[in-house]
Amino acid sequence: MFDELLLTVLLTSVPLILAATGELVVERSGVLNLGVEGMMLMGAVAAFGAASLSGNPYIGIVGGGLAGMAVAGVFALFVLGLATNQVATGLALTIFGTGLSGLIGAPLVGQAIDGLPSMTLPLLSDIPLIGVFFQLDIMAYLSILIVALTSIFLMRSRAGLILRSVGINHDSAHALGYNVLQVRFFAILFGGFMAGLGGAYLPLVLTPHWAEGMTAGRGWIALALVVFASWQPWRVSIGAVLFGGVTIMQLAGQARGWTIPAQFLSMMPYLATIVVLVTISGRGRNVFGAPMHLGKRFFMTR
Amino acid sequence: MNKIAVFLGVALIAIIGAFFLFQDEKEVMTAGKSDKLKVGFVYLTNPGDHGWTYAHEVGRQQLQKHFGNKIETTFVENVPEGPDAARVIRDLVAQDNKVIFTTSFGYMEPTLKVAKEYPDVMFDHITGYKRAPNMATGNIRFYEGRYVQGVVAGLTTKSNTIGYLGAFPIPEVIQGINSFARGLRSVNKEASIKVVWVNSWYDPVKESDAAKVLIAEGADVLAQHTDSPAMLQTAEKAGVKGFGQSSDMHEFAPKAQLFSSVNNWGPYYISQVQKVLDGKWSTGDGPDHWAGNTWKGIGDDFLVLTEFKNMPASVAEKAETVRAGIAAGTLNIFEGPMKDNQGNMVLDAGKVLDDGGLWGMNYYVEGVEGSIPN
Repeated sequence: MFDELLLTVLLTSVPLILAATGELVVERSGVLNLGVEGMMLMGAVAAFGAASLSGNPYIGIVGGGLAGMAVAGVFALFVLGLATNQVATGLALTIFGTGLSGLIGAPLVGQAIDGLPSMTLPLLSDIPLIGVFFQLDIMAYLSILIVALTSIFLMRSRAGLILRSVGINHDSAHALGYNVLQVRFFAILFGGFMAGLGGAYLPLVLTPHWAEGMTAGRGWIALALVVFASWQPWRVSIGAVLFGGVTIMQLAGQARGWTIPAQFLSMMPYLATIVVLVTISGRGRNVFGAPMHLGKRFFMTR
Repeated sequence: MNKIAVFLGVALIAIIGAFFLFQDEKEVMTAGKSDKLKVGFVYLTNPGDHGWTYAHEVGRQQLQKHFGNKIETTFVENVPEGPDAARVIRDLVAQDNKVIFTTSFGYMEPTLKVAKEYPDVMFDHITGYKRAPNMATGNIRFYEGRYVQGVVAGLTTKSNTIGYLGAFPIPEVIQGINSFARGLRSVNKEASIKVVWVNSWYDPVKESDAAKVLIAEGADVLAQHTDSPAMLQTAEKAGVKGFGQSSDMHEFAPKAQLFSSVNNWGPYYISQVQKVLDGKWSTGDGPDHWAGNTWKGIGDDFLVLTEFKNMPASVAEKAETVRAGIAAGTLNIFEGPMKDNQGNMVLDAGKVLDDGGLWGMNYYVEGVEGSIPN
């Protein structure tokens, strides 16, 4: 029974891990994309549509990622090409994604699909407790791999170093001859692809139907997780599992008649995020390693 | 060159805009002159929600079909509950709608406000309790379907644990849980209900999570007072049973859905509009309590149960007997002796809870675990 609860925790945290890892890379490059919720919804509707039309949920995965990337491309066009305000553009992207996904998804309402099957690894999955880590589906396994690869890319590769330096000070990076806009463009596309994947996980695995606004705020949680994780990929996955754990715990607590108010537990992850934010802005030095040029507009100088 | 392009662009937009404005103007003018009765609807979400609003949209279509050319119906979707609703309702009045149905509890105050401004327009508010000389209220006895669900659950469960998803602990939901528990305990004294509050009417992922948690806690029959089909899909995957909400959800869970209680607003809309056409519309002089002046259920087909599936014939037969008993009025769901889940007598033997008592429930009856969050 504890196994089942742990499995539920892991599954519910996968979309958060995917979307937050993508946003983390975007923010590391110095761009704040508040459109995660919109990109996730676009990913969700595209994944469901692709899976429903083709009858193959694996095509849905690709469709979801590409749809997220496409709307992220629009965002990039505005914030990089026209140097618009990132906060306003990101919010607009969320509103746009919510509306457009509803429009595209209207004919899909009321349909059901076969979701992604879980791929149980023999022997390993029989280990008590730890076994649940080997009863996941392909996207969940992928998300673990992506976190590892992202961490290596950011911290151990030259390209990752360039991306981080662009986020820390775009003028210096530009002066050194790096193409700031190009780095950010690819970071934004990656973020969009990951948000799309995160959205795709909802209709492909968690609830195999499409419904307007089905992400119900998970994009915003992913954004909070990036801050909570202080821009470290592996901390994002821990944060996501913690968040999932708290969500499931408060539901399980109710079923068992615990007396802790459910609202208190629901509040915890956000409280942690606020603490991190307060600490960041409260001290003179940057203890959490926030990208210094996060959200600042970049104007090319010669 | 650029300037010419911009000028042409602006001109084109202006022409298209003018065209649409003109179109609109024309429509309003012809509508104003027609002698059709215009009926407007205000929806909370879009009709594609496959739940609450979808049921209202089905009702509107029945209404239009019933009266054909005599009436003209329109609706406005995705209207947030709150002050902005008043603007939408006024808009409908401005478009010459003479009957306006506002289909969510949160429209109560805005509807009342606009009703006072336009005494010659008839307003009909769904699930509220405030009225005016030109504002009536209508509601469905949803809890009657939940009693039948309880009976079926009691005869189906092997683990004697029933999982129940609630949206918010408001009177209507508590009423439903208690009605379910009465049905459950009428056939199975051992079974009990575990309630989990999702704190949302609509959050598919959380509903699915809550369903998984309840299954992990041993529940093998699930019921819901939330709007998405996520719970049933989770039940289907886990191989347990459940009940649909507001509309038939068997397509989402062909093996798991036992049945669904469908809100059938058509008859209400038709009877209200018929009264307007006959010049007999009134808010009546029914008892002035929470439930409103039209509150009907299974007996009047306001609540329709879908086919009993995925259960043995004997259970389906029993369910049908209970349904018929409620419809005929021979079965009283809340008839004493009735105890709350602490063992206190809340209704003495021989007494029947009246409608006021139904809306005043602030306790769980026997068969429900835990306590109502405050």
